[in-house]
Amino acid sequence: MKPAPFDYVRADSVEEAVSVLAEHGDEARVLAGGQSLMPMLNMRLVRPEVLVDIGGLPELAHIEDEGDTVAVGAAVTQGDLADWPELGTALPVVAAALPHVGHFQTRNRGTVCGSICHADPSSELPLCLALLGGEVELHSAHGVRTVPADEFQRGVLTTAKEPDELAVRARLPKAQDGERFAFLEFQHRHGDFAVVAVAAKRSGDSVSLAVGGVADRPEVCRWDTLPGDAVEDALNDLAWTLGGGDDIHATARHRRQLVRHLGKRAIDATAADGAGA
Amino acid sequence: MKTLDRNGRHPVRFTLNGMPEEGFAEPRMLLTDFLRHEIGATGTHVACEHGVCGACTVRVGGKAVRACLMLAVQADGAEIETIEGLSEADGSFGPLQQAFHENFALQCGYCTPGFLMSLSEYLERNPDPTVEEIKVALSGNICRCTGYREIINASLDAARALRERRQQD
Amino acid sequence: MPLHGARPVGYLRARLSPPAKSLMPDFAIPEQVRPEDSHVGRRQPRIEDRSLLRGEGGFVDDVPVKKGTLHAAFVRSPHAHAEIVAIDASAALAMPGVFAVVTGTDMAAETDPMIVGFENPIDYYGLAVDKVRYVGEPVVAVAATDRYRAEDAADLIKVTYNVLPATVDPVAACAPDAPILHPRSDSNCVSKRHFVHGDPDTAFAEAERTTDLTIRYPRNSITPMETYAVVAEASSETGGFDVLSNFQGPFSVHTVMALALRIRTAALRHRSPKNSGGSFGSKLVIFPYIVVLCVLARKARRPVKWIEDRLEHLSASSVAPNRVTKVEAAYRSDGTVTGLRLTHWDDHGAYLRAPMPAPIYRMHGVSTNGYFIRHLEVTNHIVMTNKCPTGAVRGFGGPQLYFAVERMMQRVAVLTGQDPLAVIRRNLIAADQFPYKAIAGSLLDSGDYRRTVDEAVEQGDLAALKKRRDAARAEGRLYGIGYAACVEPSQSNMGYISTVKTGLERERAGPKDGAVASVTVSVDALGSVNVIGDSVPQGQGHQTALAQIVADRLGLTPDDVVVALDTDTAKDGWSIAAGNYSCRFAPASASAAHQAATRVREKMARIAAANLNVPVAEVEFTDGKIHAANNPDNAIPFYRIGGLAHWSPSSLPDDVEPGIRETAMWNAPELTPTTAKDEINTSLAYGFGFDFCGVEVDPATGVVTVDQYVSAHDCGTILNPGLAEGQIRGSWASAYGATFLEEFRYEDDGTFRSGTFAEYLVPTAAELPEIRLVHPTPHPSPYTRLGAKGIAEGNQYTTPVCVANAVADALGVEDIELPLKPARVLAWMEADEPPPSAAVAPDGEAGEPGRPTIDGSGEMQVPAPPQQVWAMLLDPERMARIVPGCERLEAAGDNSFTGAVVLGAGPVRGRFEARIDLTDLEAPRRARLVGAADGPLGSSRGSGEFELVAQDGGTLVRYRYAVELSGKVAAVGGRMVRGAARQLIDRFLRSLIREAGGNAEPEAAGGLSGRLKRLVGGRA
Repeated sequence: MKPAPFDYVRADSVEEAVSVLAEHGDEARVLAGGQSLMPMLNMRLVRPEVLVDIGGLPELAHIEDEGDTVAVGAAVTQGDLADWPELGTALPVVAAALPHVGHFQTRNRGTVCGSICHADPSSELPLCLALLGGEVELHSAHGVRTVPADEFQRGVLTTAKEPDELAVRARLPKAQDGERFAFLEFQHRHGDFAVVAVAAKRSGDSVSLAVGGVADRPEVCRWDTLPGDAVEDALNDLAWTLGGGDDIHATARHRRQLVRHLGKRAIDATAADGAGA
Repeated sequence: MKTLDRNGRHPVRFTLNGMPEEGFAEPRMLLTDFLRHEIGATGTHVACEHGVCGACTVRVGGKAVRACLMLAVQADGAEIETIEGLSEADGSFGPLQQAFHENFALQCGYCTPGFLMSLSEYLERNPDPTVEEIKVALSGNICRCTGYREIINASLDAARALRERRQQD
Repeated sequence: MPLHGARPVGYLRARLSPPAKSLMPDFAIPEQVRPEDSHVGRRQPRIEDRSLLRGEGGFVDDVPVKKGTLHAAFVRSPHAHAEIVAIDASAALAMPGVFAVVTGTDMAAETDPMIVGFENPIDYYGLAVDKVRYVGEPVVAVAATDRYRAEDAADLIKVTYNVLPATVDPVAACAPDAPILHPRSDSNCVSKRHFVHGDPDTAFAEAERTTDLTIRYPRNSITPMETYAVVAEASSETGGFDVLSNFQGPFSVHTVMALALRIRTAALRHRSPKNSGGSFGSKLVIFPYIVVLCVLARKARRPVKWIEDRLEHLSASSVAPNRVTKVEAAYRSDGTVTGLRLTHWDDHGAYLRAPMPAPIYRMHGVSTNGYFIRHLEVTNHIVMTNKCPTGAVRGFGGPQLYFAVERMMQRVAVLTGQDPLAVIRRNLIAADQFPYKAIAGSLLDSGDYRRTVDEAVEQGDLAALKKRRDAARAEGRLYGIGYAACVEPSQSNMGYISTVKTGLERERAGPKDGAVASVTVSVDALGSVNVIGDSVPQGQGHQTALAQIVADRLGLTPDDVVVALDTDTAKDGWSIAAGNYSCRFAPASASAAHQAATRVREKMARIAAANLNVPVAEVEFTDGKIHAANNPDNAIPFYRIGGLAHWSPSSLPDDVEPGIRETAMWNAPELTPTTAKDEINTSLAYGFGFDFCGVEVDPATGVVTVDQYVSAHDCGTILNPGLAEGQIRGSWASAYGATFLEEFRYEDDGTFRSGTFAEYLVPTAAELPEIRLVHPTPHPSPYTRLGAKGIAEGNQYTTPVCVANAVADALGVEDIELPLKPARVLAWMEADEPPPSAAVAPDGEAGEPGRPTIDGSGEMQVPAPPQQVWAMLLDPERMARIVPGCERLEAAGDNSFTGAVVLGAGPVRGRFEARIDLTDLEAPRRARLVGAADGPLGSSRGSGEFELVAQDGGTLVRYRYAVELSGKVAAVGGRMVRGAARQLIDRFLRSLIREAGGNAEPEAAGGLSGRLKRLVGGRA
């Protein structure tokens, strides 16, 4: 279990990193924290010609409060974000989800943007990005574009990021007054990828529920109104719609049950009276 | 920008437990292999090479990380700490080692370096953890010999010893 | 309270856990020192820790190797069953730094098949010859300058296979139409033996009642943290090999290796280093790799080192046999069991490797567990399937056996309307029956099983647990209590495996029995004490325990004794039983140490007696002095007597040899051969364990939570409570894993699914519940020197079935299968699942349970008439543009294409050699595709059908597909392959539309977003 050979480029700026990507395109991979990429390199599931290391770029190591959003640079680790003093108020659902992202040792290196770009359908951070309707800022030699969460993650390990693009930051909308959030997940062991993860948001009458671990990417369902007595039926239909298959960790049926069960608990937890928490 | 050619062996320099070390690595060489076979610091163990088991945990810049998920070239210029640096200056057991010893918290000892290095950071961040917090903190390290309880007790003992030491300082 | 404001809450099991304690209870096993000892029985801190805690251990990979040592990697089978058509290693051999390649053909030419304990149709060489028989099987070994290059070379070796149907279930594999693994036999059942002890036919015919139950015990292992490690070098001096490895024994297997290598046993010098990173049995079957590495080293003309990686270990090292057992009981209405019938199908995977099929025979003598059952019938089917071959795993046949027997005791209780504890107690052997000869031959040495049960019940407070259950049930919660008892055998009789042979075959082969243990104690010229032994520790603390034993004999402290347990077959005293397995240490190695130290003591006493002018019988050893028993001042330092034996042989008494070095080769006469009636005393010492537990099942999630678990083990004299407790707690942890998490999963077609530690889940500190240890009154063994019995395996036996019995009690179900994955438990509860509302059609691509395939179907509008679409699909040039990742595609005969494609999901991609055949052509309406793709990431076989329907000036393409994926990606990426396949099909179809001139903007995630919007829209 050793990586196949590659050239290693330590970029000193975003510009440099982007230029390497422009040159090598699909044959290059970006290395930030490496907590998703390195296992795949070791197993030779991924064999890039060039690795572009952006982990040490100071310009990407910032968490910026932009007013309505929080911009998380591509070198910000999950641990950095968890330690950010404003996290609990600005991004409460992320604060609740982060302890479930791997273990503290992997959070010490694994980046927020790296997890989002890895696009594992069971990952917590893409789930949060989806629920919050965040966006990813992509830089390339052609310029800068911003892709909303719903268009960013496209399927299993697949995103809208083109091979010559570098995800420079993710933007996560901050919690507004009156918004309430909840996060829950079912794992066989602490720190594992979720069998099913849910994140809920209530804003006025509307309720959103993001579900990870079932479909090929986190999916968000938003109800303009969802009275308490309609929650169970709504979740049941959602569970059946999301599909989900059997694997060694769970069956499709178990996943549907978890969507109903966790979904109910999460949605109830966002109710004004806090029932179900 | 610095480009390291895949076929070359490139110098890697860092401090290991406070002492400067130097060796050469191809870009793809894992930090685990570099530590063990290039420098000869075999105290850090390798058990899964996919980041799940925690046996290879070392501290880089103070942070506990999986050495199997880092390239040696990424460690250039870093401050690295491993199990070899845990003893007191006179060679006697440090508080973590002593607590593990007294609690029978190791058997084969293969996973132990990872537990120790994880705890070495964790107990700095959380000097007075509860049992439940310790369990979660240790959930990224697999041991197959003990029943973990010995390790949990050792962690609590070590935390106490470290707190006392801090008070004395 | 909003969840996000709380401390992390997500782990659902935590919900049911008792509140956090600030500190856990103290040690459970008290120090108990016998009058004749001063250190044995104490919680002596471990000597081993001194190096291990400083990072100064000596594991194989820590040991420096010669400059120029090469590193090995293996090419492994992606298929469960296939013929090897061709192996092309030319590109690898042309690579700089690659020194040698060895294939199965080379092995068959240069070595003999590795022998097993009975006549069988299997020729096993360590590398696949002609056929591969499981995913992960080594096919080619390559040696290069480092492991990285060795893996590069392995990637370049091209193996062509002809895939065969596979068989994975041990009962189905015995059917006449099952694919045959080993063509020299017409059945996959390579051994079937039938045993009758007592008169079971009459017992069943005359029974008040009978019942039966079929259990399926899963495949698991304990996956040590350190994997296999071998360094092999050819020796021109002996014509043999020098090997360093973490092989654990038994050293009977040394013979197997030497015979395979066609060398004298003495020419195979095997050394094991001082440390091994756990084994739990697995490092027994490292030996085929040693043989392969020897051949590779000889061919490379250099030492070759191989450190197994985790993927290799999980897919292809060693597992416990999974087993199907039909258990039948004859019993009375009061719960007395009068007869037992056990029909086992023991699944050993693709090959038998010595000493397999030992686990089932190791337990044969205790088939009736600790119960007074005098009529027994046992039928053993040893079955070959397309899975990883088996080896030793802690518990060695016990978990499988006791799962059947103890589930049956619970069933008898249910069927007779009694408390399971009463049924267990009623049937246990009575205290006055020891030593007790079990009907299948085990001589149960000592114990008072009912007392142990009573002490466990009392000290573990079963009464309180019952109250908890009653209270939980009163609230409508699903709560159950389970019990399990076990006889814990230790120190195996090397003769038991011969029970696999018929009496006649045994007679021809000659007797096999006993279990020789060797320890050498020496005292040097300055009185330092050195101990070497054959116990090959895997982390249990043998150095510490032996130092305690020897120190006590010689009036020293453990610090005065240096114990070196690395081994060297060229220099050590050892016999075939040497090694670390079946709880051998406490009965055997401890006895040998005691005996060797006693001999040293006797010799030194004689020398001292002459100096002290007292009779030998009055010489005592205390605190580093040798002195007259009744006059401590008449003393001489221990080191002086040691020195005398070396510096002044002339001053020794006449019949005393100079020097002090005593080797004990210790054996127990109770370990006799299998009798003509197939009775066998399988082990020497038998401990007893009894557990009970309370579990709760969450009906919402299927999660089973252990509320309380109580465990009691009587294993005779405790040598060191710290070490003993570590063994019990460690066994609890791995047994918990086997019960809840751990399983090597194979699909019906032999696809392997558990290739990483993210697939094969082992418990961590966060999952493992507390276990409450009860220390019952010990009953020392009369047959071991210190009265000690093994203690390391008890919870492997009790925990899986104890928890299963509790779940059966909670849910009222009969068939409990491990591991207790929530999805499985949820299914047992048979709660009706709410159907979707009419507005929501189930996703047609959802997988069906138990199907190995990734399948799906759908339809799509293509803006071209059917004839045009048809032409596109049959045109290799246009297909090359349509097929995602296609590098080349050419026609290979009528309606057949071959080519190279790069397939994958996101960054995970591999180049595959592909072949597609179009069959059942009905131009331009429908056709069937059959395809195969092979590459380093794995191997895929698939088929699909498409139908073209003219519609709206274009074509409606209806398609169905089923893809099977095996090899690396299937083993490590099982969570995602279905989604990845969906993605590929989607890309293909969109590409088809574009090629037809249409506009096919990809929609994320297979159109799910649209369905979700409709779902909400319909509601809003």
